[in-house]
Amino acid sequence: MSLTADEVKKIAHLARLGIDETDIDAYASDLSNMLDLMTQMGETNTDEIQPMAHPMDQMQRLRPDVVTEKNQREHFQSIAPQTEAGLYLVPKVLD
Amino acid sequence: MEWETVIGLEIHAQMATKTKIFSAASTAYGAEPNTQACAVDLGLPGVLPVLNQEAVRMAVKFGMAIEAEVADYSVFARKNYFYPDLPKGYQISQMELPIVGIGHLDIEIDGETKRIGVTRAHLEEDAGKSLHEDFHGLTGIDLNRAGTPLLEIVSEPDMRSAKEAVAYMRKIHELVRYLEICDGNMQEGSFRCDANVSVRPKGQQEYGTRAELKNINSFKFVEKAINIEVERQIDLIESGGTVVQETRLYDADNNETRSMRSKEEANDYRYFPDPDLLPVEITDQLRAQVKADLPELPSVKKQRFMEQYGQDKETAATLTSSRQLADFYETVAKESGCTAKLCSNWVSVNFLGALNKANLEIAETPVNAERLAGLLKRIADNTISGKTAKQVFDSLWESDLTADEIIEQQGLKQITDSGAIEAIIDKIIADNPAQVKQYLSGKDKVFGFFVGQVMKASQGKANPAEVNKMLKDKLK
Amino acid sequence: MHNKTITELAKGLRAKEYSSVELTQAYLDRIKKYQDLNCYITVAEENALEQAKLADSQLASADSALLTGIPIAQKDIFCTQGIKTSCGSKMLDNFIAPYNATVIEKFNADNAVMLGKLNMDEFAMGSSNETSFYGAVQNPWDTDTVPGGSSGGSASAIAARLTVAATGTDTGGSIRQPASLCGITGLKPTYGRVSRFGMIAFASSLDQGGPMARSAEDAAILMQTMAGFDTKDSTSVDRAVPDYSAGLNNSLEGLKIGLPKEFFSQDLNNDIASAIESAINEYKKLGAEVKEVSLPNMKLAIPAYYVIASAECSANLSRYDGVRFGHRCHSPADLNDLYTRSRGEAFGAEVKRRILMGTYALSAGYYDAYYIKAQKVRCLISEDFSRALSEVDVLMGPVSPSTAFDIGEKTDDPIEMYLADIYTIAINLAGLPAMSLPSGFADSKPVGLQVIGNYFSEDRLLNIAHQYQQVTDWHQQTPKGFE
Repeated sequence: MSLTADEVKKIAHLARLGIDETDIDAYASDLSNMLDLMTQMGETNTDEIQPMAHPMDQMQRLRPDVVTEKNQREHFQSIAPQTEAGLYLVPKVLD
Repeated sequence: MEWETVIGLEIHAQMATKTKIFSAASTAYGAEPNTQACAVDLGLPGVLPVLNQEAVRMAVKFGMAIEAEVADYSVFARKNYFYPDLPKGYQISQMELPIVGIGHLDIEIDGETKRIGVTRAHLEEDAGKSLHEDFHGLTGIDLNRAGTPLLEIVSEPDMRSAKEAVAYMRKIHELVRYLEICDGNMQEGSFRCDANVSVRPKGQQEYGTRAELKNINSFKFVEKAINIEVERQIDLIESGGTVVQETRLYDADNNETRSMRSKEEANDYRYFPDPDLLPVEITDQLRAQVKADLPELPSVKKQRFMEQYGQDKETAATLTSSRQLADFYETVAKESGCTAKLCSNWVSVNFLGALNKANLEIAETPVNAERLAGLLKRIADNTISGKTAKQVFDSLWESDLTADEIIEQQGLKQITDSGAIEAIIDKIIADNPAQVKQYLSGKDKVFGFFVGQVMKASQGKANPAEVNKMLKDKLK
Repeated sequence: MHNKTITELAKGLRAKEYSSVELTQAYLDRIKKYQDLNCYITVAEENALEQAKLADSQLASADSALLTGIPIAQKDIFCTQGIKTSCGSKMLDNFIAPYNATVIEKFNADNAVMLGKLNMDEFAMGSSNETSFYGAVQNPWDTDTVPGGSSGGSASAIAARLTVAATGTDTGGSIRQPASLCGITGLKPTYGRVSRFGMIAFASSLDQGGPMARSAEDAAILMQTMAGFDTKDSTSVDRAVPDYSAGLNNSLEGLKIGLPKEFFSQDLNNDIASAIESAINEYKKLGAEVKEVSLPNMKLAIPAYYVIASAECSANLSRYDGVRFGHRCHSPADLNDLYTRSRGEAFGAEVKRRILMGTYALSAGYYDAYYIKAQKVRCLISEDFSRALSEVDVLMGPVSPSTAFDIGEKTDDPIEMYLADIYTIAINLAGLPAMSLPSGFADSKPVGLQVIGNYFSEDRLLNIAHQYQQVTDWHQQTPKGFE
């Protein structure tokens, strides 16, 4: 299994990851090697097996519907890159 | 060629919980930006989601109300995409194993009942809001809404006209408010709708390519948006073009739909089960609890109103259009002991009319059911006439007094003493010999003049029926 | 002082042989002296001395916790309010968490002193600590070699006596492998035993925090504080926490040890194999019975692990977008530029590889072939362990197929690095607890013995480790130059 440079670019865009043009081939080759490793799983028949999402056979615990969080906006926004009037600022969003 | 429209709706109803679906921050509307966005809602590093039991209970309640299969086990999944109003870069939603499976809802269209299938309903978290006012060319992000529980209700493509779509949407709107799981406030975005619209030549089996109309937030716009989109698709096909599958936005100002390419490009959401959450078990205990809690549903209530109160379909539909109004009506009927007809008229015409005029919700009414019942009692026992009653009702609306107090204070009690009415009539006949002559010579119209004069002389307090009867006797 | 155990230090503090401030200062001095090891990303000097001062005032109280005034250090993956939490990444180089991780809260409640935040592979992705934005960490046994990873700073600091104990996290071996390479004791608890709240996520269904120390006895003390149910973590298990120190001295007579034959293939270095063999012989002397067992699907653990861990991390790391915290690129042209450049600039190569891998494995058309397949394999592996652990009490084998390797030796070949996780990652897929114990040397570098137990058997594992440490002194060896 080998990934092309174009495929790597496509995935990088899905993941919004900036990758230097010069590194694309190296990523393509590393990812292809990883995929080769992963295709080993195909050799084992798992038709009758249930996918296991979690190590523990447990059910979700539910939380009572009670407000306990307080306003911590100043605290939270003290670590934000850019805010104004209580809002987080980002480059213009075009719909 | 004759075309057939095919419509499916995806309705997003905000669940009326006090806290977010995965955090203990408040969901109250209208707070200062980002003051109700806690660390979990902001997706800060290391924080984890914990599911709100009330959101689950509400979803189950909805499932039961549409007679749907409610899952034994339900799973939350991550829907991955980047957008500034989506703090984690994924939305916690459901893909496989939604809480609510296949169900249905009946709508009334041109007097006929039509069954609309509900494919599924699942819980997910709402996103924040982007504010496009100018911050030096930047967009502001408010994450107060992020994490508010939504129930996404997906219909089958069972609707064949914009009118049907609106009827279905209204029905769901009525139902979620009945169940008290959503406040239904469309201005505040508590109830929103996406419509999947396609057309096909009449008689064709397979569906045409659909366009998804995003976020249409009023019944009026749903109808308009669908109609204009149908028109666009038909024009397009008839002029040799093809419909492409895409997301479109309805522009109410220009009454047109336009393509939202920006949302299109990255459509690979990479759903997978959220490893921070475990499968949700809908226990028998929860089911029993919800079932016991389930109110009388609107369709059942409407049927009962028709049978129990002898109301016509339309009046019953009006009076059961919300649970509060139906309860209001039944309290008025019970407290006043008046006929169903009198109660229905007053609640559906006078009372609702006044609410609408004042632009108030029933919860904000200045006249409660008990005070209105007090007024109806006085109509029924002839203390006041129907016309005076309207005057009393206005005073009820403006003050805290009871109907009896208002009648007393304003001296509105009707004169039913026939001796007193007779004295007035005798005087009017004596004072107007010319008119008497005219009437006796066959000019029936003059009768109205006498009634008017008597009512005027009694300051409107004479019982009109009594006046009519006595006048007729005297003028023979 | 720096060679004493936690129990000894606690006694010394109560006997007023030294104050917590003095003890803390002594460790701070050592940290400064050996700063070339690069174990700490942040030394919290001021905060530590303040905590020590407070602890000194608490020590007189009869109900003060055993850890009161004991200086320990935290892996820089646990959020600490007011003190930088970087997770080894440029992305969080400016991140001051507005809250404490539950684990940190628990140590604070015990009045333990936090010396600082320990170096680690970026977002815990790595087995050598070389992917850290803050540079490689040296292994005190041979400063040209790596300490292992991802909890490399923790392991190196403990081995070099720059803290008496530390926390680590283990997603695929990140506690056990560095413990093995640095000759210390590490415990990866059962999934769900230690709260993950405030512990920055790598792969949510695999991550688990745990203690690292020189001895099992000290590890038990840390574990006592760390373990427990947390309502803020949906995957946390609501189950009573046993007294981890109470059974340390229980006899091992009749203990049934299983040796998975897949752990002893030809790939295993001979010196390591013989160190493990000697350790097993010690256990026989302690009354244990040994039998061979099999984990037939073990070879699939690596591919399954790298699919699942990458998939989960690709989503977990999407929140690093330069909007609410963390690195933001300079003057972004538009939204897409903000995302791609902020993430592109601040994530290192290994993190990028895993995000790309995970994104690919989850993308349309590949989900079933990779992600679902990996989850099915995960189920098979978990069943293998259940079967084996129904025959025996614990499984034993090596932690790592090699001892500490040279810094830079494997950085060009990520796959070779992944393959070295072969003995540890299957345990995370199953969610089982496991320990790494110092059990000798190969070519004068430490070798670790791995002991794997059934769910929630941490107390038994600690007992088994402690008994071995009563009859061996591998855990007491000190690297030259750090005595």
